[in-house]
Amino acid sequence: MNSIHDMGGMDGFGPVEVEVNEPVFHEPWEGRVFGLFTGLLNPWNRGRNFPWFRFALESLPPSEYLRMSYYERWFEVISSNLLRAGLVSADELASGYPDPSRPLPVQLATPNAGGVAASTAEAGFAVSDEVRVRNLHPRGHTRVPRYVRDKRGSVVTDNGVWALQDTDERGQRLVDVPQHVYTVRFEAEELWGERGVQNDGVYVDLWEEYIEPA
Amino acid sequence: MTDTKKDKAGRRKFLQNATLVPAAIVGGAQVVSDEAAHAHPHDHQVVPDDIALRVRALESVLVDKRMVDPADLDAVVDAYENRIGPRNGAQVVARAWTDADYKARLLRDGTAAIAELGFSGAQGEHMVVIENTPAVHNLVVCTLCSCYPWPTLGLPPVWYKSSAYRSRAVIEPRQVLAEFGTELNEDVEVRVWDSTAEIRYLILPERPAGTEDMTEEQLVAIVTRDSMIGVTRVSAPSEAAQ
Repeated sequence: MNSIHDMGGMDGFGPVEVEVNEPVFHEPWEGRVFGLFTGLLNPWNRGRNFPWFRFALESLPPSEYLRMSYYERWFEVISSNLLRAGLVSADELASGYPDPSRPLPVQLATPNAGGVAASTAEAGFAVSDEVRVRNLHPRGHTRVPRYVRDKRGSVVTDNGVWALQDTDERGQRLVDVPQHVYTVRFEAEELWGERGVQNDGVYVDLWEEYIEPA
Repeated sequence: MTDTKKDKAGRRKFLQNATLVPAAIVGGAQVVSDEAAHAHPHDHQVVPDDIALRVRALESVLVDKRMVDPADLDAVVDAYENRIGPRNGAQVVARAWTDADYKARLLRDGTAAIAELGFSGAQGEHMVVIENTPAVHNLVVCTLCSCYPWPTLGLPPVWYKSSAYRSRAVIEPRQVLAEFGTELNEDVEVRVWDSTAEIRYLILPERPAGTEDMTEEQLVAIVTRDSMIGVTRVSAPSEAAQ
């Protein structure tokens, strides 16, 4: 989707500020959120089709996305997914105590929709092929940054066959068509015009369906 | 837990300096208040006072419902605070600097060569290692989010996840590098690697002159996290001391 997460090439955010001797987690709650993410997502998402994590992050309103810190965004997505799936209630989240009238959640065995189908595919492109990125603007999650859309580049690596990570507009994984992922070099001047420096390049990993012959 | 006042003040202070949101977007004068006139008008994130409480409430509910085990969360936090970090990547770099065969394997199949040193796992399943040379300087960004090679570098620093780095690294990498103190001659080619797919990139920095007599173990100590993201070079100890 065309939202604020897709930041490549934007101006206005100021200098990159580095914190010296930065801790891994600035406060204990950040570590707990990170731990909840790693511990919850797979066993409790199975069969429940949470909106894909990256889709949910990108679906935050742009002003909220910018206002929140990194792990606060994660907390919002984790808690909203749990609420939507009925695994916790708003009252429970507010009080910190489980509602004794609600049954304990159980893990499901059913697989989610979408995901990987097979692991082989024909390669439509070869190293040094000239390609153009298709002018795609899907409403779901995608890995085509806006700044390369409709731009020309050349294939530098064929990375083999991968599962597509894109989702539909509700955040559900698309049924996967296995396809090659290529590393494509874009000349800085192709992307940025006069702001690009001659001979500098940007390398982007792109699924086969994102690109076409130039 | 009494993480509240002191930690929150530290967090707020850091975020006020850490750039994510133009004050204009936040909008309310009450948000930026007395800091509005200071030297960083561009960047003020608002951290709600109750986020620590909200997270604690969520964890308590999930533990009571037996959906998570707090010991598992402790273990994850401990692993990333104490074991999975840039010292791992530094060992990979120092080995490549001192063992030409290893370096060849590393550049050919990063995942396998890194696993030789015992580093593998989440966000390191598909590693590609790119070598910096006198002619070509490489750096890594994730413009869409925060993709980063966890087994070799740990979790990314805030600046790597910041709007400023994600937006600027691809359009003005030389200015970003200069802010990190990395000045490049015009004839040095800059290559920016935007990790948009499932491959994770590690930069193999140049071994600095003046380190010829150092042991592999000594070299590990001078390799920095930022040099393996590609925003800085590695300095020889005498330079670093100056």
